[in-house]
Amino acid sequence: MDAITGLFYFFAAVLLFSAFRVITARNPVHAALYLVLAFFQAAAIWILLKAEFLAITLVLVYVGAVMVLFLFVVMMLDINMDGMRKGFWKHFPLAGMVGVVIALEMSYVLMGGFRDPPKLASAAGQIGDQVSNTKVLGVLLYSEYLYPLEIAAVILLVAIIAAIALTLRERKDSKHTNAADQVRVKRGDRVSLVKMKSVVAASAANTPAEEKQ
Amino acid sequence: MMTLTLGHFLSLGAMLFALSVIGIFLNRKNLIVLLMAIELMLLAVNMNFVAFSYYLNDMAGQIFVFFILTVAAAESAIGLAILVLLFRNKSSINVDELNTLQG
Repeated sequence: MDAITGLFYFFAAVLLFSAFRVITARNPVHAALYLVLAFFQAAAIWILLKAEFLAITLVLVYVGAVMVLFLFVVMMLDINMDGMRKGFWKHFPLAGMVGVVIALEMSYVLMGGFRDPPKLASAAGQIGDQVSNTKVLGVLLYSEYLYPLEIAAVILLVAIIAAIALTLRERKDSKHTNAADQVRVKRGDRVSLVKMKSVVAASAANTPAEEKQ
Repeated sequence: MMTLTLGHFLSLGAMLFALSVIGIFLNRKNLIVLLMAIELMLLAVNMNFVAFSYYLNDMAGQIFVFFILTVAAAESAIGLAILVLLFRNKSSINVDELNTLQG
């Protein structure tokens, strides 16, 4: 058993254990932290598969952004776990059966079909030994897959707008100014001229007399 | 057993996927752990893509993983936003109480 095989079994064991803890942890914060551990193990396995860029992206995007978002939400919401844990193990026999059947069938088929190493493509394939994984991926992304990349960017933009629009709360007592209203204002909105008769002299004559009393 | 083959990685992905299916069965009331189980499923699928990409010497698998990561990040952001909105309206994220649409 060489070192890479040993490392693979170690990472796989930790990955499966942390995945198991994610789905059974009582506290959702613990579940999120075990999910972080699972992502790290997956990134390590991807490095064994020489996909360095994706491994680093997984750590940066998932551990750095998505899981922090998860932890934010878990800690922000005051979740009552007691009601939700009721009947937690009720469906375990069915769930376990389904899971074991999936795992056994897939493992049987896959280990049978893919035990022999498949014939590699030509040595001058897309993954060169001299060129780094990141460079190959970048060249492909910006040449052959440029249009999907733009669509992915648009999806991210839509996700930003959707997330903000969903959670935005208009405050009733906010004292902000509306710039559009300020620009559109006319003279008539501010000043109004009123026609009055000039009766000022009569009232001015009365007033000093009243003050003397 | 000693040398790593494609089968090893695909089996690992299958086991991870099965674990997340079990997780969806078990945590059917807790929406936030359901989202985490979906993330685990996507991770299992990505594992298969990367393994195939390595063993078939084809970069298309890794490109696909890149796009799956993008879409998954968008999905979890919107899912969590909906979750926050839900909690604000109902003060709970229990799936059993989401029955106001049934008329």
